[in-house]
Order: sequence, then structure tokens, then C-alpha cells
Amino acid sequence: MSTVATVGPRATAGGFDLARALKEAGLAAFVAFVLFVPLAGFKLVGQEGQLALEYRPHWVLIGTAAVFVGHLAINFIRAMRGPSQRARGEAGAMARFFTVHARWFGLAAALLAFLLPFTPLGNRYVVDVATTVLIYVMLGWGLNIVVGLAGLLDLGYVAFYAVGAYSYALFAQWFGLGFWEALPIAGVLAAIAGILLGFPVLRLRGDYLAIVTLGFGEIIRVVLLNWYDVTNGPDGISGIPRPTFFGLEFKRYSPDGMTFSQFFGIEYSSLHRVIFLYYLILILALITNWFVLRIRRLPIGRAWEALREDEIACKALGINPTNTKLTAFALGAMFGGFAGSFFATRQGFISPESFTFIESATILAIVVLGGMGSQIGVALAALVIVVLPELGREFEQFRMLLFGAAMVGIMVWRPRGLLAFREPTVRLHGRGQGEEAPR
Amino acid sequence: MLEVQDVHTHYGHIEALKGVTLEVRRGEIVTIIGANGAGKTTLLMTICGDPRASAGRIRLDGEDITHLPTWEIVRRGVAHAPEGRRIFPRMTVLENLKMGATVNGEQWFEEDVEQVFALFPRLKERLHQRGGTLSGGEQQMLAIGRALMARPRLLLLDEPSLGLAPNLVQQIFRAIVEINRSRGLTILLVEQNAFQALRIAHRGYVLATGEVVLQGTGRELLANPEVRAAYLEGGH
Repeated sequence: MSTVATVGPRATAGGFDLARALKEAGLAAFVAFVLFVPLAGFKLVGQEGQLALEYRPHWVLIGTAAVFVGHLAINFIRAMRGPSQRARGEAGAMARFFTVHARWFGLAAALLAFLLPFTPLGNRYVVDVATTVLIYVMLGWGLNIVVGLAGLLDLGYVAFYAVGAYSYALFAQWFGLGFWEALPIAGVLAAIAGILLGFPVLRLRGDYLAIVTLGFGEIIRVVLLNWYDVTNGPDGISGIPRPTFFGLEFKRYSPDGMTFSQFFGIEYSSLHRVIFLYYLILILALITNWFVLRIRRLPIGRAWEALREDEIACKALGINPTNTKLTAFALGAMFGGFAGSFFATRQGFISPESFTFIESATILAIVVLGGMGSQIGVALAALVIVVLPELGREFEQFRMLLFGAAMVGIMVWRPRGLLAFREPTVRLHGRGQGEEAPR
Repeated sequence: MLEVQDVHTHYGHIEALKGVTLEVRRGEIVTIIGANGAGKTTLLMTICGDPRASAGRIRLDGEDITHLPTWEIVRRGVAHAPEGRRIFPRMTVLENLKMGATVNGEQWFEEDVEQVFALFPRLKERLHQRGGTLSGGEQQMLAIGRALMARPRLLLLDEPSLGLAPNLVQQIFRAIVEINRSRGLTILLVEQNAFQALRIAHRGYVLATGEVVLQGTGRELLANPEVRAAYLEGGH
């Protein structure tokens, strides 16, 4: 969908310039045509045991025409809606409303989340998807510390997720540790990995920082893949123990003591574990959220934000940028590690396959789409990114196309993310003085 | 209070400071004037430890601070309002001020904020406005106010008049004098606006291509024909 680039900022503020709109749409359609020829124009089919090429010119034509008409329509709508400035102001007001009343939205959302398994909606599939959403919410909140608050673009966040997951899996395998004992260890190890990454990149910024973090993510994955004696390489680790509820296992029978269902005298159901996992990640995610909200108001949290804004000014104010960056990396990584442990115990099986770059990209997309630094925005974005492809399942092969279109849509109408209003962390003499509209 | 002895600073192979010696005594306003590229900002930055002096000594109340990291120097009571203001644009006025108080653990925050507002009432009106939306003059007030929040012993100001309208320049300079008089705060002021700076300064140094070429009291320098020819004639 490289047509986004041309959709961008050129929409005219005043009237509708047909000639120019046609020209732009033509250009977009041309780019689309070039892409569609190899992507949709050919199909490999099996014919009598041999592979043959099937030509599908109609698909190329349909796609190109769709881009042409769509581009024209977007430009037309924009021209009709008047100056884009106003549209953005309205969006800003909405985002601001959300952020200012974040506490209530957050509470309502948390309440809904707590009740979900007991509502008529709460079947196994929904709870399962919700668990995945919450993993990404937690990862998003963790990465938000590094990217959203401290402004350090991290493309290798999945590395800490992997460190957390493998820490638990390996400690369980070699030392028989349970989930609850391994969780803090996984967090600490991930935090150490965060500091290890932090040191070499202290002096880097922007693109260079992004490249090194990207490399770091790959290094961890490649090590996991090749260190066969320890990590079992591409075969992964299976039989990772499930978490227990204060020592009670979620099984029909347990050789070592009571199970959850026996203890509470209810009939065994495999759904119990699914729901328990859901609550587990919900609580972990809420702890993450609480932590980030608190720390934003502490000097260290403000120092992160100040560092994102202006590093030289930070130095002039007596802030030690080294420590500030390292704590951001370490704490962000720690939450990644917690989420990784949860992932391992939920899946029961992990392999390097689960920790590819696409995961980092997805988490980063959640943070950026949510509006950098906005907690509720991140939660919304995680919901969108995980649930959209699920909703699209009926559309089969068009599912990713819908997903892509939705992403393009968000970037066109919400270029600064879903909720890009930043709530100030300090107040004096109550609210209301000298406030101004958000950008 | 501050002694700079024969300080050299290099950017790679380029020698930006070629042995600068100067002194700031307690309670003084000392100004450094000079043309673009004379090394004024480099001198202030070197006092703050970034970049480090490649030779020479810098002492603060007798303590050698030449090799300390920037944040350690700031913690010892040197506040720096850097060139170009460098306020935090997405943070509110109040948050910017709070950042200034980070060094002293924000223990006198409320009290000091009131003092800054007494000095710059305009900032109080803009309390919860984001720094980036302030006007240039207000941003400069914020930059000075933020530096004051640290309760410094020595305040370094880098071109506070840069890009400001004349009446705002007056206002800023009045505030600088006020800070110096009422609190006895020692101030080292780097300026291109030589006329204004020399008028309020007790003493001044003229810097040219990395060296001190002239020094004296503010009044002496104002009257000096060389200074007049180089920095004062042709408008101020």
C-alpha cells in the first residue's frame, strides 16, 4: 500500500482542484499498478503435477482502478471538509476529552475487562483473544516507557519478551521453578538485558539507535536459534509448566495434591485455566499501567520525558542522561520480560519463531498508533491491532488487505496516533489557568 | 567564586578557545561579549564540562571542576540557561520549572515557583500552557526561571536577548539585574548585545577568536574606543 505517501499532505485547503486531483490519483494508480503486476497479476497453480503460471490481468485492473477511484475520493472528501486544520482540531478535542477523563475510561474499561469472562460474550474464543490483546497491551505499555516517554526508538523490544519467556522456560526445565518463582527472575534478567543493550547505544540517537536495537533483537533470536544445547534451538522448549492458583493446579487430577476444581468443589472444566490465565495477564497489565502512571509523576519519569524533548537542556539542568536512559531501557525491558514469562506459561511451548522482528514491529505499531506516551491510546491500539485481523477471518485472503487499509486509514486521519494529547504531570492551584487547546 | 585559568578547548582539530583566563567574584554580574564565533558559547559550555577543556583549570569556590561531568557541575550550584532557550516544548510551564528543581530534589518547589512568578508574572498566566506555544520572550523567561529553580550559586546565561524585540530585551535585562541585586546571585552573562550587557555588568571581557582581548569594568569597556568601534557603533 505504498500509495499512502501520495495521499499525504497535498490536499488543498480551499476548493477542489480536479486537474491536480486527477494527476495525483493517476500517479497513485501507476504506483499501485507496478506493485499489483507481480503481487496479484500472477498465480502459481498446479497443473498435472507441474507448476504453471496463471495470468490474472483482471485482478491488476480491479486493484489499480480501486486505488485511482479511492485516491480521487479521499481528495474530494478532504476538499469538501474544508481546511484540514479544523478537522485536526476536532480530533484533538476528542482525544483531549478521552485523556482528561482517562481515569473514568480506564476504570470502566478495567471493570468491563474483569467482568468479561462472566458475560454471555465470554466464551473460550473471546477470552483467548482477549488474553492475546492484554499481552500486547502490556508489551505496549512496557515499550511506551522506552519509546513514548524516553523517546528512544527501540526496534528490538521483542528481545526482552524472548529473554523473559526463555528465562521462565529454562528455569522451569533445569531447576523445576514454578511460574511465580520464575516471574521476578525473568523480569530481572530482562532488565539486565535492557541495560546491556542500553550501554552501547547511549550515544546514539534516532535512526542509528533504531538500527542497533533492531540488530540487538536479531542477535537474541539468532542466539536462541543456534545455542542448541541450552535453548534446544529451532525445536523450542515444550512442556513448560502451567501457572498454579496459590499452589492449586488446573488439571483433572494431580499426583501432588489438590487441583483447583477439587479444592473449590466444582466440576473440572478446561475453561478454568483459560479464564485464570486471562485474569493473570489482566492483573499483570494493570500493574504495568499503575507503575507507568505513577512513575510519570516522579522525577525520573519527568526526566525521561525531558530527555525525549531536549537532551542538552537536560544536561544543563543537572540530569545524568546515562542513568536516565539506562533506567528507561531496564524498566521497559522488565515489563517485556514479565509478559514473556506469561507468554511461555500460557503457550506451554516456545521457540525462536515467536520472537521475530514482526513482533517488535507490531508492538511499536501499537505504541505509535496509540499516540506516543498515551496509556489509554496504547490499549485501544492493541485492541485494534489484535482484534481487526480476527474480525476479518471470514474474509480469508482479504483479511490482511483490510488490516492494511485500516492502518492506512488511521495514519491518514490520525497522523499523531489515536490519542495524542499529553496530560500534564504537575498541577498547582487546581485546574483551569492558562490552559490551551492541544495540538 | 569562579576561576577560569588558561583554558583551551578543541572541537576535533579546531581550537575554539586558546587559553582563556577570567574570574567571576561573588555577587558580580560579569559579561562576555564578542562577535559570532568568538568562542563565547564554547566558554560557557566548557565551564559546564561539555565539551571538556583540553588544557587549563576551572575552579568553583576553590574546587577543581575541570574534569567533572556536566550534571555533577550543575549539582554543585552552577545553573545554565543555554543558548536558544531550550525549554521542553511539549511540557507545560510548570513542568519545565519542575525539571529545573530536579537537582535539589524539588524540596523548595512551591516557594521557588512563587519567586519565579514574582520575577516574571507572564509565566504565571501561562502556567499550564505547553512550553512550545510560548512566545520567544516568554520562553526566555521560562529558561531563566527554570535555571533559578535549582537555587544556583552561579547563573550562566547564554545570549538571553537572542531574537527578542527591544522592549522584551529591556525586560529580560531588568530581571537579570533584579536577580543579582535582590538575591546577590552571581551571574556570568554571554551576550552579542554588547551595549545592554555592558550597561548592567560590573565587569566584562571581550572575546575574539578564542582569546580575551580586552577586559575591564562595564563602564570602562563602554567608553573604550576599540569596543565602541567593534561592537557598539552601528546600532544596538
